[in-house]
Amino acid sequence: MSRIGTIARRSFLVGSAAIVGGVAFGVYKMNQPDRNPLTAGPGEAALNPFVFIDQNGVTIITPRAEMGQGVQTTLAALAAEELDIDWQDVRVLHGPPAAAYYNSALLGTALPFKEYARSDFLRGVSGQVDKTAKLLGLQITGGSTSMKDGFDRLRMAGASARETLIRAASDRLGIAADKLRTESGAVIAPDGTVLRYAELAERAAETEVPQPPLRDPSTWRYIGKSMPRLDQAAKVTGTAEFGIDVRRDGMKFATVRMNPRLGGGMKRFDPAPALDLPGVEKVIDLGHGIAVIASNTWLAFQGAEAVTIDWDNAPDPAEQDAIWAGIEAGFDTRPNSKLRNDGDVDAPVPGATELTAEYRVPFLAHATMEPMNATALYTGDGLELWCGAQIPTLARDNCAAALGLDPAQVRLTTTFLGGGFGRRLEVDFAVYAALIAREMPGTPVQVTWTREEDMRHDFYRPAAIGRFRGAVKDGQAVMMDGAIAGFPLAAQVAKRWLGVPFAGPDKVHVEGAFDQPYAIPNYRIAGYQTDTEIPLGNWRSVGASVNGFLHDSFIDELAHAAGRDPLDFRLDLMRGEHAPSAGCLEAVRDMSGWTGRTPDGIGRGVAFTYSFGTPAAQVIEVADEDGGIRIRRAWIACDVGLALDPAIVEAQMFGGMMYGLSAACFGEITFAGGEVEQSNFPDYDALRMHTAPKTEVTILETAEHLSGAGEPGTPPSMPALANALFDLTGTRARELPLMHRFDLLV
Amino acid sequence: MATQLRINGETHQVDLPDDVPLLWVLRDEIGLTGTKFGCGVAACGACTVHIDGEAVRSCQVALSDVWGDVTTIEGLGTPDAMARIQQAWVEQQVAQCGYCQSGQIMQAAALLAETPDPTDAEIDEAMAGNLCRCGTYPRIRAAIHSASRKMQEA
Repeated sequence: MSRIGTIARRSFLVGSAAIVGGVAFGVYKMNQPDRNPLTAGPGEAALNPFVFIDQNGVTIITPRAEMGQGVQTTLAALAAEELDIDWQDVRVLHGPPAAAYYNSALLGTALPFKEYARSDFLRGVSGQVDKTAKLLGLQITGGSTSMKDGFDRLRMAGASARETLIRAASDRLGIAADKLRTESGAVIAPDGTVLRYAELAERAAETEVPQPPLRDPSTWRYIGKSMPRLDQAAKVTGTAEFGIDVRRDGMKFATVRMNPRLGGGMKRFDPAPALDLPGVEKVIDLGHGIAVIASNTWLAFQGAEAVTIDWDNAPDPAEQDAIWAGIEAGFDTRPNSKLRNDGDVDAPVPGATELTAEYRVPFLAHATMEPMNATALYTGDGLELWCGAQIPTLARDNCAAALGLDPAQVRLTTTFLGGGFGRRLEVDFAVYAALIAREMPGTPVQVTWTREEDMRHDFYRPAAIGRFRGAVKDGQAVMMDGAIAGFPLAAQVAKRWLGVPFAGPDKVHVEGAFDQPYAIPNYRIAGYQTDTEIPLGNWRSVGASVNGFLHDSFIDELAHAAGRDPLDFRLDLMRGEHAPSAGCLEAVRDMSGWTGRTPDGIGRGVAFTYSFGTPAAQVIEVADEDGGIRIRRAWIACDVGLALDPAIVEAQMFGGMMYGLSAACFGEITFAGGEVEQSNFPDYDALRMHTAPKTEVTILETAEHLSGAGEPGTPPSMPALANALFDLTGTRARELPLMHRFDLLV
Repeated sequence: MATQLRINGETHQVDLPDDVPLLWVLRDEIGLTGTKFGCGVAACGACTVHIDGEAVRSCQVALSDVWGDVTTIEGLGTPDAMARIQQAWVEQQVAQCGYCQSGQIMQAAALLAETPDPTDAEIDEAMAGNLCRCGTYPRIRAAIHSASRKMQEA
């Protein structure tokens, strides 16, 4: 059994009861300390949900999942800072699904307000929403919220753990607590007596202390420094355990083959051809698809392919053109939102130059490097589950529901995630594993999807169309009217995750457009929606991954129509509106030596998107190399308020940009005959070593509040590249992916 | 019918059909899970191992076609005794999600064995088949250069 398995309790009823009771529990429930889901054995102590001590030392339990963003390292650093443990002694584990690990920062960001202009009053309102998040027990790694959520909580957990250890030492030694100090994982008495935390653990667990104050930032040793990541040794030696690497005695290997016409059922199937193959043991009916259990994953793949299946049709239009037409029809409906509506976009401005443009962005797959998988063991009265999950509580609850179990009968271990990007917020792969394992009680079954199954059964970043009108006069933008049509992602997610209907303006649909810090006097952003059954999901930076491109591309067009340098044009609109945003543009201007002029054969584009509380600007340089276009260089500046680990923030900014550029160049999911046409990396490629730009990153810390880093690097990358291509070729890229219009180097 | 394989210096008898790819022999039969499944069509490089020192995509090599000694990431070094190239990876803090890194390291190790001091262009050419969705390429490049220096100093 895994380590976290032994120290995580099996009963998490408190969280479930809170959901059932809803707000009826109200203030009473919200103000209760969360029950500690960790169980200590002899000589161990779970001082709080985040700090576990045994005879080997201290383990920091992280409420968020490590999917590459370095979250375990930084969360551990926050706790270790207050706890006085040496970095080489820090160990981390993922927390089990539990109410104690709710994400306090996520729901606050879902409010339909412009984050950059949030007043203290609105921050207060968000705090109330955060309490609702606690009631719902949403244990989510997403929305670039982990640091915002963890900054105080992990430090407070470390500080209070240290305080209890001091108190325990004080009792044991009979020396006043204020005479004791802590260092390197030990309490030290004035006479030099050293008591290791491990020796004090059991007694400390029984000690109650008031929350001590947090350390002054001037004394920080870990926070703000680039710490050696805690996952590196395991990840370079092949010993890091991803979901797909879980191995249990007697384990079987399985795969699924679901209806490629998404949402369609299965009329009939014949398992016989599969059962004739070597190693195939079982074929299971999953209703809208089948699973094959075998002695080896590859033999399961062969078996799944051999099953003859008669599929039903999909509920949605089968062809891509019809899907586009459905989005277009949305423009003729009442708008779902007008979250920005400043001045009067319909009032004529005498002497202004008007322009219009339409943009299109496609569906996108997440394409995590590790294909979807989960491992499950059904014991008759319980389920044990191992997988990489961005919402372990949802995985637990949905697996329990699928098998008719109580959530308390499901134990889940979160492994490393071989990429998340929002795909592993969904729990379909875990539920399949649970259903399949139920067919083999007592036998652990690992269910691994083929890459093709993974790409063709994703929850896709929705396609969208943007229609923009604008006007410029005397070198300034005087009007911008953006209409964004697409599919209701928030409603689909609310129904799928929480079982609740979603009403009202969908902020996600227009984020990255309505909330940009530009002072345009007449400025409207409206969202229009068309319903769909196509599975939609959160794709790194979510709505901003769409709207960053639409909105900033049009800003660039306005700048050119105004006869202005596109960087100066943006700065003029931004300076009085939000200084940290303007600072990012100035930083990329200075880093790149931006002059607004480029030699023949070179193009440069600038772009800016404010997303997840973080302004981010990018300059991208492209070069014509004998007809092929290379993305040669890039400059990124962001302002995260406080960079808790600069090397990790830098990696996230570059990685976020690469994820966006890969999509901008090559990414599209299209439908034909009701099926996704792309299936693997040859038709859904990404940037590689030889096509990655040389990049410099500047991290600014002038913003008032700490903000996230995982997603904000993605949105501006796409318009920055398109704007650079315009500079190089004179052709305006209004549709992604760019490979269809431009001869990009591959 | 059992097939005999030499993997990381040890001999294994494998009782699987001839056409099972080496990748799935390593992962599901031998239990060496450091070698990763990414695409199954030699398009991502996550499954890269060495056969007689040559970097190959193990998802494309059938069990019966394995022509020599196999080395996987586990055979390169361990957390307590890392190979120099693995040390260089840690030093440069390369890995994000880490899933592709076994393949990246095996590919780079084969490059360095043949070209001890590769240019950026040579790195580009050798590493073009190894996909990373997190975007760790600049640090991979830095780690290859760093490993090259370490190996030449040694």
